[in-house]
Amino acid sequence: MTAVRKRQIALVGGLLLVIEFLCRVGLVHKTTLAPPSVMLATLADEFASGRILPDLGETLICILASTIIATIGGFVVGLVLNSFPRLRDAVRPILASYYSIPIFAFYPALAAILGLGIAPIIITAVLNSIVGMIIATEDALDRFPRVLVKLARTHRFTWWQQALHLQLPAMLPNLLGGVKLVVAYSFIGVIGSEFLMAAIGVGYQISYSYNEFNVPRMYGLMLLVVILVALANLLLNVPERRFASRAMGRRGE
Amino acid sequence: MAVPQPVGVLPEIHAECRDLVRNFGGIAGGHVIEAMGPITLEIRRGEFFSVIGPSGCGKSTFMDVLAGLTPPTSGTVTFEGLPVRGTVPDGVGAVFQEDASLPWLNVWDNVAFSLRHDGTDPAEIKRRVDEAVAFMGLRQFAKAYPNQLSGGMRQRTCIARTMVMRPRMILLDEPFAALDAQTRLLMGDELLRLWRETGATVVLITHALDEAVMLSDRIGAMSARPGRFLDIVETGWPRERDSSILARAEVGAVSSRLWGVLREESQKALDQSGRLAAAREGS
Repeated sequence: MTAVRKRQIALVGGLLLVIEFLCRVGLVHKTTLAPPSVMLATLADEFASGRILPDLGETLICILASTIIATIGGFVVGLVLNSFPRLRDAVRPILASYYSIPIFAFYPALAAILGLGIAPIIITAVLNSIVGMIIATEDALDRFPRVLVKLARTHRFTWWQQALHLQLPAMLPNLLGGVKLVVAYSFIGVIGSEFLMAAIGVGYQISYSYNEFNVPRMYGLMLLVVILVALANLLLNVPERRFASRAMGRRGE
Repeated sequence: MAVPQPVGVLPEIHAECRDLVRNFGGIAGGHVIEAMGPITLEIRRGEFFSVIGPSGCGKSTFMDVLAGLTPPTSGTVTFEGLPVRGTVPDGVGAVFQEDASLPWLNVWDNVAFSLRHDGTDPAEIKRRVDEAVAFMGLRQFAKAYPNQLSGGMRQRTCIARTMVMRPRMILLDEPFAALDAQTRLLMGDELLRLWRETGATVVLITHALDEAVMLSDRIGAMSARPGRFLDIVETGWPRERDSSILARAEVGAVSSRLWGVLREESQKALDQSGRLAAAREGS
C-alpha cells in the first residue's frame, strides 16, 4: 500500500470517526445525520431482510443498460463525427455546452411519452452520460499518432487491421476514461430519475425514507450508493491505470 | 542475418526515381505548394545513401514517395524494376522520426508485431525476434514496455521491428533526430553494423551533416523547397567503418563540399519560412 493510499484511508476513517462522535454526543441532531455505525447497521439489515434487493436489482439493471447503451452509442457517434469534419465542427459547440443543460428537466416529458417504467429512467441516464463517451472517443481519435498510420501502411494493413491492431489498443486509455465517465453519469442519471418519478429503485427508496423521516435508512441507502460508485470506479481504475501509465511514456505526450 | 534476395537476375539499380514531383494543395483552385522535384535518382543495390537538405526542403516527402506511402504528383518510382505508386512494396521497410513503438506491447512483442500480422510461423517469429532483440542490444529489456525505455532504445526497438521483416531496402526518416549527439553517433555505429550484416540497401534522411558523412557511401544534397538534388557526393569509405571515421582528414573535405552546396540553400529555406510566417501573420 502506498503512502498516499494510507493517508487517504486515514483521512476518510478520521472523518467518519468525527461524524460518529458528533452524532453520538448530540452535537448533530439524529434527525439531521445518522452516525456512520447506524448507517452501516441499517444497510446490513436491509440486505439481511432482503428488502432492498428488488430495488437494488432494478437500479443496477438501469445503470448497466445505460452504461452499455451510452458506451456503444457514444463510441459510434464519436467515430461518425470524426469521419465527417464539417458535421463535427457544427456539433462541437453543442457538445461543449451540453452539460450546462439540466437533463432532469426533460424527465417529465419522457415519462409522459414512455410511461413510468424503466425506459424513461434509462433514457435520462443515457442522455446524461453519452456525451462523455462521445468526447472521449473524439479525443482518443485526435490523439492517435499519425506515425502509426504510416506504420500500418508500411505493413500493408487493411482498414480493419489498422483499426483492430493499432487504433483500438492506442485508444483504450482514453476510451476507458470515457467508460468511467459514463458509469458515473449513469449513476447520477438513474438515481436522480428514481428520486423524481419511480415506484422502485434505490433512489426511490432514499426519497421514500426522506419523506417518512426514516433518517437512518435514508443514510444507510446513501451509503450503499457511495459504496456502489466506489466499487465501480475501483474496478475501472485497474485497467485504466495500467494502460495510462504505459501510454504516458510516449514521446511528445 | 543475411537478407534473402529474390530469385532471378537482380539489377544493380535497386530503386529508381525519374522526374519525380510532389505538390500539395491546389484543390478547388487553392494555392499549390511545390514540395519536391523534379528528382531523378538511381539508388544502387546494397549502398548506404543519405539525403541531406535544409529544413522543409521535402526530404521526408521524398522518403514517403520512395516508400510508396504517398503517390507522386508526376514522375515514376520503381523498386526492383517494379513501379511504386501509393503502396509500400514488399521488401521495403521504414523507420520514422517519430516514436512508433507501441506502448501497450513490451519490447519483444513490439518487435514481433509485424511478423505476427504477416502469417509467419510462430517458431520462425521467435527465432527472428530473439535474434533481432539481441542484435539491437535489447535482450535485457525484452519484457520492458516502451515507457520504461530511453528514446534511443525505443528507436532501436522500431529498427528491430523493421529488421525482422528482412526488408531488402530500409528507409529511415531522421530516426535519431530526437537523440543527443553522443547517442546519435552510437546509434549510427549500430546502423552501420545492421547495414553490413543484412546487406540491405539503406536510404537515410537526415538534417545532420556529420551523420550523413559518417554513415554514407553516397550523399545527396537537396535544395531548398521544392527539393531537388544539387549534388551527389561519393564518400569512398570502406564498407567496414564506424564513427571513428570522423577522425579522418577526408571527412573534412566531404563535409566542406556538402556545406558549400547546403549553406546557400539553408539560407533560402530560412527566408522561405520567414516569408511563410509573415504571410500567415498577414492573412
